Amino acid sequence: MTEILVLAEHDGGTVRKVTSELLTLARQFGEPSAVWIGAGAEAGRERLAEFGAAKVYVAEGGDVEDYVVAPIAEVLAGLVERLAPAAVLIAASGEGKEVAGRLAVKTGSGVITDAVELTAGDDGGLVAEQSIFGGAIIVKSRVRTGTPVIAVRPNSVEAVPAPAAAGIEPAGVELTDAAKAVRITERVTAEQSERPELTDAGIVVSGGRGVGNAENFALIEKLADSLGAAVGASRAATDAGWYPHQFQVGQTGKTVSPQLYLAVGISGAIQHRAGMQTAKTIMVINKDPEAPIFELADFGVVGDLFQVVPQLTDEIGRRSAN
Amino acid sequence: MNIVVCMKQVPDTWAERTLRPDDSRLDRASVDGVINELDEYAIEEGLRLAEANGGEVTILTMGPDKAGESIRKALSMGADKAVHLIDDGLAGSDALQTSAALAKVLGRTGFDLVILGSESTDARMGVLAAMLAERLGVPQVSRANKVEVDGTQLRVNRETEEGYEKIEASLPAVISVVEKINEPRYPSFKGIMAAKKKPVDTLSLADLGLDPGDVGLASAATEVVSFAKRPPRQAGTIVKDDGDGGSKAAEFLAAQKFI
Repeated sequence: MTEILVLAEHDGGTVRKVTSELLTLARQFGEPSAVWIGAGAEAGRERLAEFGAAKVYVAEGGDVEDYVVAPIAEVLAGLVERLAPAAVLIAASGEGKEVAGRLAVKTGSGVITDAVELTAGDDGGLVAEQSIFGGAIIVKSRVRTGTPVIAVRPNSVEAVPAPAAAGIEPAGVELTDAAKAVRITERVTAEQSERPELTDAGIVVSGGRGVGNAENFALIEKLADSLGAAVGASRAATDAGWYPHQFQVGQTGKTVSPQLYLAVGISGAIQHRAGMQTAKTIMVINKDPEAPIFELADFGVVGDLFQVVPQLTDEIGRRSAN
Repeated sequence: MNIVVCMKQVPDTWAERTLRPDDSRLDRASVDGVINELDEYAIEEGLRLAEANGGEVTILTMGPDKAGESIRKALSMGADKAVHLIDDGLAGSDALQTSAALAKVLGRTGFDLVILGSESTDARMGVLAAMLAERLGVPQVSRANKVEVDGTQLRVNRETEEGYEKIEASLPAVISVVEKINEPRYPSFKGIMAAKKKPVDTLSLADLGLDPGDVGLASAATEVVSFAKRPPRQAGTIVKDDGDGGSKAAEFLAAQKFI
């Protein structure tokens, strides 16, 4: 069976959800093997097995862990050369896309980023679907040179278990000095919230200009917490300093595709829509009935968010308690 | 210090963008072209680093004639000169080909530091900085939110999903910057006047010794199979809040099994 390499995203033991999604996707076209960079492969192995990784190629040690991006691409390129896989799937995170870019150059292969679906083309090769220009157009593309390198957006498919062996093997790639040109001297972790990571979250609640100030974002956070959701913000809100930049959803921020997206006090400029239009279900709360965001709404409430949001939060709490 | 900022002209993100039916390429003619917004931060950072450390800022653009307008704007912000790679043979190039062509130009201009925006707002791939570094064989640091140069030493804070990393590398290098790194300046009247006299070097494929068969749509490593407008979302239910808007919203969420 054709082998498909999946670069595992993890934090030193815990496998990120997107990796289970990529393994699920890869199983439709061949036999997935995970590639694990850094420590913690033993701890992550169980999850990789659950979602169908036949093998886990591991590269660990200071050489790969203390340097940025290039070592990961070098390990993958070495594996591509040795194993000739049908494709390499990588999560379309900022770093994932950089790895994809380098790998494409190293292997002389075409690269497609931000795929939301993969299908088999007429010739049996992979066809990747992308949603572009803020979700206005759906494009199907294929790689016609080299080993397809495809960065897949988190939350694009549902992860489905299908147990496999996940046998651990060393990746067996010697790094060059060039891969060690960029050294990490310190890792600074921002204050971690208890909320799910924005791009991974199944539900996202975002606030915009209508929220009015930083203090009022507490309302958005409470609503998010009642749903176990991540909190996002429009550019208007982050530019005004009401909420940190890293939570910005939109063209110049993060792109999310959750099951449910709640836009609160957000008018829906195209910049914002570019980051959330592919959400499965969209709910809108806005006092302006003319706001363009209502065009996307599966359910919309025209009203004052300071009335509607607390009532909604209370009602969710009441229903969840029952 | 020789700083080169890679800049792309893109369709204005406020306009409706479409693909051309005949060759599936972005329709650039029917919309206003502007400097990729994320590149404005790269230009600003280049100008600040040159002001602090001495040196020159060169704008590098690949694109059609029309991109010349954006080059003038970048020069009016304060960049010293520009290189415009312009050749019909480049049309339809993918990221792999674009990075090869730009790397070739950079080999000619030389550089201590190449700065890019984190992605273009049209293609949104976010791969070019990594590809350029790979091709040029120099260190690369992406998504920088703070950059310091000390002699040939580069210190960068690089944004990650969890926070940031402090990174050290040595020049020459390629970096990309995120939008929170600075506040791009507006061109001053003086800057706009001065920009008219600044040199713009135009280069063709032949000037670079690139084979037209290696670039452009026909030999791209990726191809568009088909595209379609997303079917409009089904019109949703919109209710006016008469004191029970929150409850109605909760009912919808319950019906959809979210709660």
